[in-house]
Amino acid sequence: MTDLAASGALPKPKRDVLPVLLPVILALAVAPLIGSASSWVTLTVASLAMGMMIFIMASGLTLVFGLMDVLNFGHGAFIAVGAYIATLVLLPLAPYVQADSLLTNLAVLAPAAVLSMAVSGALGLVVERLLILPVYGQHLKQILMTTGGLIVAEQALYALWGPQIIPLPLPTSLRGSFIIGDVVIAKYRLLAMLVGLVVFAGIQLVLNRTKIGLLIRAGVENREMVEALGYRIRRLFLGVFMVGSGLAGLGGVMWALYREQVHASMGNDLTVLVFIVVIIGGLGSIGGCFIGALLVAMVANYGGFLVPKLALVSNILLMVAILMWRPRGLYAVTSR
Amino acid sequence: MMVLSGDPPRSRVLSIVLIVIIAALAVTPLVFPGAKAMNVATKICIFAALVASYDLLLGYTGSVSFAHTMFYGIGSYSVAIALYSMGPGWAAVATGIVIGLPLALLLALAIGLFSLRVEAIFFAMITLAVASAFLVLASQLSWLTGGEDGRSFQLPELLRPGTVLISKGVFGFELNGRVLTYYLIFAGSAAMILALLRVVNSPFGRVLQAIRENRFRAEALGFRTVFHLTYANCIAALVAASAGMLNALWLRYAGPDTSLSFAIMLDILLMVVIGGMGTIYGAIIGAAIFILAQNYLQALMSAASNAAADAGLPLLPGLLHPDRWLLWLGLLFIASVYFFPTGVVGRLRSIGRKPS
Repeated sequence: MTDLAASGALPKPKRDVLPVLLPVILALAVAPLIGSASSWVTLTVASLAMGMMIFIMASGLTLVFGLMDVLNFGHGAFIAVGAYIATLVLLPLAPYVQADSLLTNLAVLAPAAVLSMAVSGALGLVVERLLILPVYGQHLKQILMTTGGLIVAEQALYALWGPQIIPLPLPTSLRGSFIIGDVVIAKYRLLAMLVGLVVFAGIQLVLNRTKIGLLIRAGVENREMVEALGYRIRRLFLGVFMVGSGLAGLGGVMWALYREQVHASMGNDLTVLVFIVVIIGGLGSIGGCFIGALLVAMVANYGGFLVPKLALVSNILLMVAILMWRPRGLYAVTSR
Repeated sequence: MMVLSGDPPRSRVLSIVLIVIIAALAVTPLVFPGAKAMNVATKICIFAALVASYDLLLGYTGSVSFAHTMFYGIGSYSVAIALYSMGPGWAAVATGIVIGLPLALLLALAIGLFSLRVEAIFFAMITLAVASAFLVLASQLSWLTGGEDGRSFQLPELLRPGTVLISKGVFGFELNGRVLTYYLIFAGSAAMILALLRVVNSPFGRVLQAIRENRFRAEALGFRTVFHLTYANCIAALVAASAGMLNALWLRYAGPDTSLSFAIMLDILLMVVIGGMGTIYGAIIGAAIFILAQNYLQALMSAASNAAADAGLPLLPGLLHPDRWLLWLGLLFIASVYFFPTGVVGRLRSIGRKPS
């Protein structure tokens, strides 16, 4: 043991904190431009909430890529499916959703969210087996196959639910805002932040404190070695894929409630946003994905407030800026 | 052989099919002068060129771009905006070309240098992001692009349908401006496809194929792969923009739905995969099959949908509704990537090769 203690002299891997500070720096930098403190707080809370929701949707995509080098262009389909499944629960139970009691509301919301996650997770199982398994290791075919999957899923949603926009009202007790002095904070945004933080903490805990997490991280580093040690990494990957799809479904429910509407094209629209976040964060990095989601949401909110015209292309500009600085994203996890 | 750059179809059936398609396209205005047939024929010509240019990227370099419609749209819009704001005239057409092509080139260069350094997957995602931003821009900057409505415009005198060059008489058909426009598009598309054949069979094209097969080795052999890939991206963008210009000339209109939408991108992907990636000839076959199906199968689908509705079947009427055309397309797409990765051309070539 003394040898081990002596080896404590080994240099510790350097912690790369600059990207973590980036959102903070950005928030502080725009504060003088915005002027009033109350709008700054409102905008910041809005960005944090939006960022958390985007993070929930994007986390699965980045995990799947990191572990198995599979880029799922159909990730958006899980988002849309999650949202549609939630309407199956929330619309028939509208009286409970409209009841002015937080407990009743949550008692309806929670099963809706769980069902959405379960269905999109199960769909993930099917997609992985049917579309992705035959084309492992072939990027080109993966992109083509999953793009095809996205089209089919979107059209199937149109065929099943019709092309109209389905309104999905927020539960009564989550409407409105808390007003503290001049600062207005929407209640639902607080909930979104809470859920986002729980998901982030959960993923971090599983990845860093459990055996499965250890295997996943090892798989990201070196797949063959994990297989050589006797673990069935394919099964592990299937699990990660299902969890990732389920999280996308959860994100879809939250986004639908945030927008208070559901439409089949939302999967397609959000795919682009989620991709930008994943690229900014560095493909395969959960931490990077979290920061990337916050940055994208901040730029969207602050940008929309300061220069509304710029908001159309702000995501692209952010991505270009980040990639100029770090061509592989904030945290480049894999050596691939 | 010189015209085909020493790369013949290499299959008797394929040659016959290609000759039939090209001959049919060449005589369409004489035999089927109706508006619908002419529209279909024009679309096949334009998409054959557009898909061939996409094949240069997808089939020969193995990089998936989702920004191809963006370049197509740049071409369409530059001609449309020039003709709209300067009035009908050849100077306006020239202005559109002079502005549109360099714009497409610069954008392709920027995207290429930026994203082709790392990996194919990166390129796919970045092109998707850039293309969607461009689509939003085009529909928001309504003072320039006309927003969602797009821009309709008048063609130069010579190309208008009303202009009759040879009246109906001796040969029993009329040579008017519309027919002239059609042959302009036909010739333009043919020239672009032949030029692309030239490109892929040049030493440069061989390097692209080497990069597709193994980028690392190509690099080890001393080729600057980023340069080659970016160059290919620029060529593809230029051809796509030119195809977009032809499209605008035919439609006398440019709008987000006809030139920029994500649906067109999917159509292109599908045509390349059906026709056969990495063959150029596949583009002609894919475009012909796909557009014929799109125009004539949708009627069939609506008939089937009505029949299913009359029979009282659940779900089927919705699934067979003509608007759900993309659903079946998507399934077809997945099936063809999975079962026929070499497409029609690859299949025909392998059949032809078996006896020998």
